[in-house]
Order: sequence, then C-alpha cells, then structure tokens
Amino acid sequence: MKPIATTRSSMNIATGKLAVWWVLVSEIVIFGGVLGSYIMNRIAHVEWGEQASHTNTWAGAFNTFVLLTSSLFAVLAHQAAEKHDGKKAAQYLYYTCFGGLIFLIVKSFEWAHEIREGFVIQSGGFWGYYYVAAGLHGFHVLAGMLVMLWVADSAKKNQDLHRVENVGLYWHFVDIVWIFLFPLLYIAK
Amino acid sequence: MSAHAGSHHETNYVKVWALLLVLLVVSVVGPMAGIKVVTLATAFGIAFVKAYIVARKFMHLDLEKPIVHWILALALVFMVLMYAGISPDVGRDSGQRWEKTSGWHHLPPQSEHTSEGQGGEHAPSH
Repeated sequence: MKPIATTRSSMNIATGKLAVWWVLVSEIVIFGGVLGSYIMNRIAHVEWGEQASHTNTWAGAFNTFVLLTSSLFAVLAHQAAEKHDGKKAAQYLYYTCFGGLIFLIVKSFEWAHEIREGFVIQSGGFWGYYYVAAGLHGFHVLAGMLVMLWVADSAKKNQDLHRVENVGLYWHFVDIVWIFLFPLLYIAK
Repeated sequence: MSAHAGSHHETNYVKVWALLLVLLVVSVVGPMAGIKVVTLATAFGIAFVKAYIVARKFMHLDLEKPIVHWILALALVFMVLMYAGISPDVGRDSGQRWEKTSGWHHLPPQSEHTSEGQGGEHAPSH
C-alpha cells in the first residue's frame, strides 16, 4: 500500500510535499526569530562587533562553499529522481550528505578553537547568539543528513522517489539559513 | 513526482552553482574594503540575492503552486510582527522588572590565563 502522501493531493500539490513546505514555514519562524532578534541586538550594541571580530571568516566562507555545493548535489538528485533513475539520485544524495559531514567537521574544529580561546556561550551577548544560531543550524544539518541517508536507501531501490525532492527542499532551506548566518556572524565585524 | 516535472530539466544547475560561488567570493572580498556601504551591499545584499537564486532555481519556487507562496508569505508576516513587537525594547538597558546585566554587553574570554573573578569592560587579549 502506497503512503497517503504520495497518492493524495491538497490544493493541487502532493500532501507529502505540502507538509514539507509547512515544516519549512515553521522553520522560517524559528530561524527568523533568532536572526531577527540578533539583528536588533546587534544594531543596539555596537560593542558586539569587537566580539564578532574573533570568528574565522575563512572557515565560514569555506562552509558556505560546502553547503552551496551540497545543494547542487541535492537538486541533481531531484533531477535524477524525475528521470526515475533512483540509483543516480541516491548517489547524489550521498554526495550531499558528505557535504553536510564536511560542514559539521569544520564547524566542530572552529568551535573547539573558539572554546579553547575562552569564547564560550556565556562570554557575552554575541557569543550567546553565535552558539545558539550556529548550533541550531548544525542540528538541522545533522537531522537533514540522517533523513537523506534514509531516503537514499529507498531511492537506490527505485522506491518512493518523491521523497528525494522533499528532502532536497529541506536541504536547500538549511542552505539558505546559512547564507544569512554567514554575513551576520562572520563578516559584520 | 512533482507536477512541474520536465519543466526544469533544461536548467543548467552547474551554471547556477557557479554563479552562487561568484557571489560568495564578492560577499567575502567586498567587506575587505572596509567601507560600510560596500559591506552592507556585498555581504547582506548579496545574501538576499543568493537566497533568492537558491529558492528560485534549486527549490523551484517559481514553478510552485500559489498555496506555497501564500504560506511563505504568512511566515514572513509573523516575522515582521515579532520584529515590530520586540524592537522597541531591545535598544533599552532596562524596563519593567528586567535589566540587562553587564555580561550582556561584554565579558572577557574565560581562558586559563584569566582569573575566574575577572570581569568589567576590558577587551579580550587577542
């Protein structure tokens, strides 16, 4: 029996995909809240610029490159799924996951360095936001990778290929969040 | 599969990715000039452009049904409401039954070289 998300549509859109969009909308409110309040505080507290000067711009830029590249693989996986080439779609999903893994490794080195330097979550308003926003984002990367591995597993058997697009939508959103986090946390100093 | 299958097969995703990388380079190099307007335009302006390209070309938002646009607009409305509700208080240091501590503004790094009780307004020694 096929899951209802693949067989039923609502508002002329598959329910599974519509559900993903609703998840993304709730994520917009979550990340929008964090980033919006960060921006407001950043404008109100000029001294946060000095705290921000200790973040590593090159590590942030490299991670942006990694996520943009993983997003490319996610959309190529979707393209392959549209052509009913499940094996190729799974392969691209694995590449996407690998990008997520590199992202998390770079982030962990970055955090280890910053914590060694004494910049912890209680070190001031900027660092509080830095660890919460980047940590929440990192958690989303990890969650996306786990779901993607599960989707890839069925995709390589040519099953439930609609999920490739759905998980891709989520991954692109995670990429977009980082696109905004990068200038806010790494460039504005 | 999506209803717009086939309509975006012609999109050259590698070209879109290359454009995103060019924009990334500009967003890193631009702020190096140290001019505030250039920093705002290159770092933040380009972030919006990159996000738009990812949403349009990778998420195929331009091909999505109107319901998707409506629910996205709803999320943005919630964000604006939150911003409008909170922003008047953020710039203040205190209000009714709340006060920002000095740590909110700045605390020195807690490395092994700094004593536990150290506080105040000193810049980190890096």
